[in-house]
Amino acid sequence: MQSPPSAALAFTAENRLTAAYLIVALIALFVGVVTGFLQALEHAGINLYPKVAPLIQSYYHGLSLHGVMNVLVWTTFFISGFLTFATVYALNTPLQSMALGWAAFGLMIAGLMVTAIPLLGNQATVLFTFYPPMKAHSAFYVGLTLVVAATWLVTLSLFRTYRVWRAQHPGEWTPLAAFMALITFAMWTIASLGIAAEMLFLLIPWALDWLPGTDALLARTLFWFSGHPLVYFWLLPAYISWYTMVPYQAGRRLFSDPMARVSFLLFLTLSIPVGIHHQYADPGIHQSWKLLHAFLTFAVFFPSLLTFFNVVASLESGARARGGRGLLLWFTRLPWGDPSLAAQVLAMVLFAFGGISGLVNASYNVNLVVHNTAWVPGHFHLTVGTAVTLTFMGITYWLIPYLSGRALWNRHLALMQVWLWFIGMAIFSNSLHRLGLLGMPRRTMIGSASYLALQPDWQGVLPLVGWGATLLFTGSLGYFTTIVMTVAASRQPAAIGIPAAEVLAGPEGAPRILDRWWPWLVVAGLLILLAYGPTIAELVSTSPLSAPGYRVW
Amino acid sequence: MMRGMTIYLYELAWMLPSVAIPAAMLVALIVTAFGAGIHVPGVEGRVDPTKFAETAPFNEPGVVEVEPSRYEVRMIAGIWFFSPNEVRVPAGSTVTFIATSRDVIHGLALHDANINLMLLPGRVARATVQFNTPGEHLFVCHEYCGIAHHTMFGKVIVEPRQR
Repeated sequence: MQSPPSAALAFTAENRLTAAYLIVALIALFVGVVTGFLQALEHAGINLYPKVAPLIQSYYHGLSLHGVMNVLVWTTFFISGFLTFATVYALNTPLQSMALGWAAFGLMIAGLMVTAIPLLGNQATVLFTFYPPMKAHSAFYVGLTLVVAATWLVTLSLFRTYRVWRAQHPGEWTPLAAFMALITFAMWTIASLGIAAEMLFLLIPWALDWLPGTDALLARTLFWFSGHPLVYFWLLPAYISWYTMVPYQAGRRLFSDPMARVSFLLFLTLSIPVGIHHQYADPGIHQSWKLLHAFLTFAVFFPSLLTFFNVVASLESGARARGGRGLLLWFTRLPWGDPSLAAQVLAMVLFAFGGISGLVNASYNVNLVVHNTAWVPGHFHLTVGTAVTLTFMGITYWLIPYLSGRALWNRHLALMQVWLWFIGMAIFSNSLHRLGLLGMPRRTMIGSASYLALQPDWQGVLPLVGWGATLLFTGSLGYFTTIVMTVAASRQPAAIGIPAAEVLAGPEGAPRILDRWWPWLVVAGLLILLAYGPTIAELVSTSPLSAPGYRVW
Repeated sequence: MMRGMTIYLYELAWMLPSVAIPAAMLVALIVTAFGAGIHVPGVEGRVDPTKFAETAPFNEPGVVEVEPSRYEVRMIAGIWFFSPNEVRVPAGSTVTFIATSRDVIHGLALHDANINLMLLPGRVARATVQFNTPGEHLFVCHEYCGIAHHTMFGKVIVEPRQR
């Protein structure tokens, strides 16, 4: 895939910052993978929790670690590192302030430490959604709030860098990868106001006993205000790789640059006013608002369809240039020997199924069949667990050699890992989807459930959860071995450039509004006001903050 | 090499169905919601968890026949129980579950009848369903509610109608 190192500047200081983020991200992923494996084994009838008791004190303690480490820490640290990298290289401009860049990292690490202490000590076994009135140690909420605040510093750092670039390049189109990275952080910064409000006005004062109680529905609504766009905060960096890097690895060119910009601008405007689709089963929110959020969730499916087209068209043009033929057979002519590309194309394949099950979740009354069943983790292990995680793994297969200057330690092991993840996840996720359709609840220590004996149809499928996870876990060991050995033992210098796709159809001639910020931010704000304003205003003005906290673990 | 117009045509050929497919699905969904009347839970009022004894209908908990063949199940969920946890009704009954939580968030999932409710302290949740054939149906708590979450379940037992 790789051409010789590009002639662009090497941003050594920024590279170190990115490497620091990646190290934390990978440690979090490792903890998440180990705890996840224990959960799947429990489902398959192998309860190892008594054996790990001093460290992981219960199934739900492990589940809280799994969720926080994987979907909050692994993703946020990886994204902050990767998008800082993508922005400075795409703009060919150093960070406006390295001090600000490191301040963001420092605050994020501080927040992580403060969160980790109660979490590891079984003082915050509230899962990554921490729904009150279940009450964790106050440090858990304070720490997570600091992590969120740190992401705001990343936003600030990237936008100040963009302003430097803009001053030097008036009238030019913002380079695509940087444009997309900025949109990702702008979208997340607006979205995170919900969780920040939940923390600052409800949970932290309540956990510190400054407030007598809280309100379950108001807290849930604020959580999901941020909780669904959080999904796009994970996904958009994977899309950035699929749009601006994978086409290079597949044969150099992205199909359409303006269409890529349109899809990201739609994500900026539509990612947030959709969160109530997580609350279809909640009493206390009127059905008409739920239906509106269903409508908007269908709308935000549209830019993902645009992405699908644009990325597949780019892969196809690359494969045909390599001699691929036929309506579909060209697919076999992709450079499958490149683990970075193989990981990301396989991530896309499973993501197609994740998109379909996500549409089911979004479908208002159809959601009653699957809400809070095993279907839901089945769904998001295809999205965040594969589309995002396997793509990020694929990115590290070029990024870590680039940063360390050492060639990938063992390409064959990397390839094997990628396929193990793909096959393991297909089995694991399919089993969970089926169990969900059979009514099995999610987030439940099902191997020990009092009612498991009444459900022979669940028992028939549960072993497959364990087998799928065994393949996933084996694959992840291959992954960590490859990464550690690349950094520690690889003797060959890396001959790797940054994959940067050219475009088949560039932005020239496209409407200039596709490179402006304010019109889109205004539309995003109006949609949020429309979709959330009345519900949040009503809940804030009518909810007595009266629910006392419970420690139930 | 493809240029300008060709690319726009390809894009258009993809974008039109990309709008049409979700739009068609949305129409189908609206038909089931308003045509067949299958709705998700809505606003059903509040209840103070410290005042169940004074608040209808939870002051008379349990399974109550409100009209011939129409039952209300007034249910309170808490760590870690459903009360009542056994609901017996004759076949052909219409049953309305009116449920809430005493403490943390719980869930009521009666999969066989597509009942799927979040039970939040302070909020009343309601769902109505008809049981036509005799049999047993499991219901479980489907929201993590603490260390014994997986022990929280109950049954609806639909009995043959006696003539």
